[in-house]
Amino acid sequence: MIKRTISERLADAVNAVLLLLIAATMLFPFLHIFAVSFSSLKDVLERDLILWPREWVTDAYYTILASKNFTRSLGVTAYVTIVGTLVNLLFTATMAYALTRNALGQRVILMMVIFTILFSAGMIPTYLIVKGTGLINSLWALILPGAISSFNLIVLRQFFLSIPSELNEAALIDGANELRTFFSIILPLSKPSLAAFSLFYAVGHWNTYFAGILYLSDSSKWPIQVILRQIVIVNEPTAALGQEVMLMMENPPPPITIQMAAILLATLPILIVYPFLQKHFAKGVMLGSVKG
Amino acid sequence: MKSTEVQLQGTAPAAGRGTKLRRRMWRERYIYLLLLPGVLYYIVYRYIPMAGLVIAFQDFNPFNESLWANEWVGFKYFARIFEDAEVIKVIWNTLQISFLQIFMAFPISIILALMLNEVRNETYKRIVQSMVYLPHFLSWVVVAGIFVVFLRGEGLINTFLTQKLHWEAIPFLTDPALFKPVIILQVIWKESGWSTILFLAALAGVNPALYEAAVIDGASRWRQLWHVTLPAIRSVIVILFILRLGNVLDTGFEQIFLMLNPFNTESGNVLDTYVYFKGIQQGDVSFATAVGMFKGLVGLVLVILANRAAKRFGEEGLY
Repeated sequence: MIKRTISERLADAVNAVLLLLIAATMLFPFLHIFAVSFSSLKDVLERDLILWPREWVTDAYYTILASKNFTRSLGVTAYVTIVGTLVNLLFTATMAYALTRNALGQRVILMMVIFTILFSAGMIPTYLIVKGTGLINSLWALILPGAISSFNLIVLRQFFLSIPSELNEAALIDGANELRTFFSIILPLSKPSLAAFSLFYAVGHWNTYFAGILYLSDSSKWPIQVILRQIVIVNEPTAALGQEVMLMMENPPPPITIQMAAILLATLPILIVYPFLQKHFAKGVMLGSVKG
Repeated sequence: MKSTEVQLQGTAPAAGRGTKLRRRMWRERYIYLLLLPGVLYYIVYRYIPMAGLVIAFQDFNPFNESLWANEWVGFKYFARIFEDAEVIKVIWNTLQISFLQIFMAFPISIILALMLNEVRNETYKRIVQSMVYLPHFLSWVVVAGIFVVFLRGEGLINTFLTQKLHWEAIPFLTDPALFKPVIILQVIWKESGWSTILFLAALAGVNPALYEAAVIDGASRWRQLWHVTLPAIRSVIVILFILRLGNVLDTGFEQIFLMLNPFNTESGNVLDTYVYFKGIQQGDVSFATAVGMFKGLVGLVLVILANRAAKRFGEEGLY
């Protein structure tokens, strides 16, 4: 062990404390939000800084989960997340693999993919084509226009290139065609990578907000983030959740507890997958730093 | 594909090449099948919209069946970009927010990476890392929502200021002068942890022998930081800095859009949000497309220049 001077020890201690403070600024909002969401009206009015609920009141959650608008949008978002991620994986993986096989036109296609990272048509022409393909007010508008992330495609292709080519050559000699090789040899080998990409795509779908307001005017199809904005940022929980939910209880919960509970409920899936994400993302970024 | 058809129709020697080509294409038929969904996607949702940019040179009429029925107006809308005081203001806002990000958020992520790198206890390091990475995965609605709840008039911060310190409440969310600082603060809170990851990856690759040699030469920890650690991430810093300069017109649409309100629009409206308000909400489609295309082209040129600059610095560049 390298001997450390007193000043170095001091610097280490200061560094550790500073990092703890930084980490605390990331966690503190969640602790506060959690505590307020379970607090009573009295505590919300009286206490200065709520870090833990004094008495556990679940009215806010009860109200939110009784709202059809809220539960419906959770359902819509879950559906878009699952179907969207499957589409993402299918489109990205097939194309990424096919672009490792040196087929005719590969170079041109690859260059066209990379060009989309550098330049995109922008919001208006994309909106017009989404409209032109009949997706306005369809949940597919949240899925198809972003079916492939060019960056993910390049990184996944890089991964496929790292699989020894002897593997699929052997399969091809054994009479398997490229489709079978891909689905029964390459894909199973790539499970950890695919898991990482599906998590990243899924988080993106769950967090979708703008595509929701751009392409969907029918409020019954709005994803959760659109509803959440209405509840918290626009500060209209009653309008977002529906009048009837508020009339349900004699003493409706204070709006602030509803807002806090809504933030937590909409973030819960992210918090649940976060440990898995963490396992994968270091690897994902390392892969990404390898040049395409 | 087109060139193959041409070759297939060629004369005798070319026909030999044609059959060879045809055989190759038959052999590769399953690869084309695998390519099909992706290629269709790129054509429909990435390249047809690029062709749709022609409406920037037309007077777009939503009632026309085809874009070709629109009247051509040349560069009229591009000329308007530079005459319109509102657009100039919007470009100025965009640049200000971008440069604030580059000079505030970017160094903070480097400092945070260096701080994390100095932690000797692996468990402690991992715990801190998992906390500072978390906000990256939250949606902008959640992040903006958290800031709104804390910063609004009756929020935690203003309650503290008014009741404990007996100050006046600060209108964080409506004061145009405070829009940009709040936006930068959000970016720092959400992304500075996550942005350390590339620096940390570079630092993980440093040969420990370099530190040992520095210690033998009598270098203190500070000197090790200066002579070993920083040079190790220099190239990552240069590349990321240059690429960020290349994306100087990108300010992140959702974040800004969510924080905008009628009171702070003059200070907060950036190119992306302007295109949305003009094109989608006000129906000034051709002009909004021209503004978007202008932004895209400037971005393209900047990224190419930035990449060239990265290579001149002896770095690898993006492509």
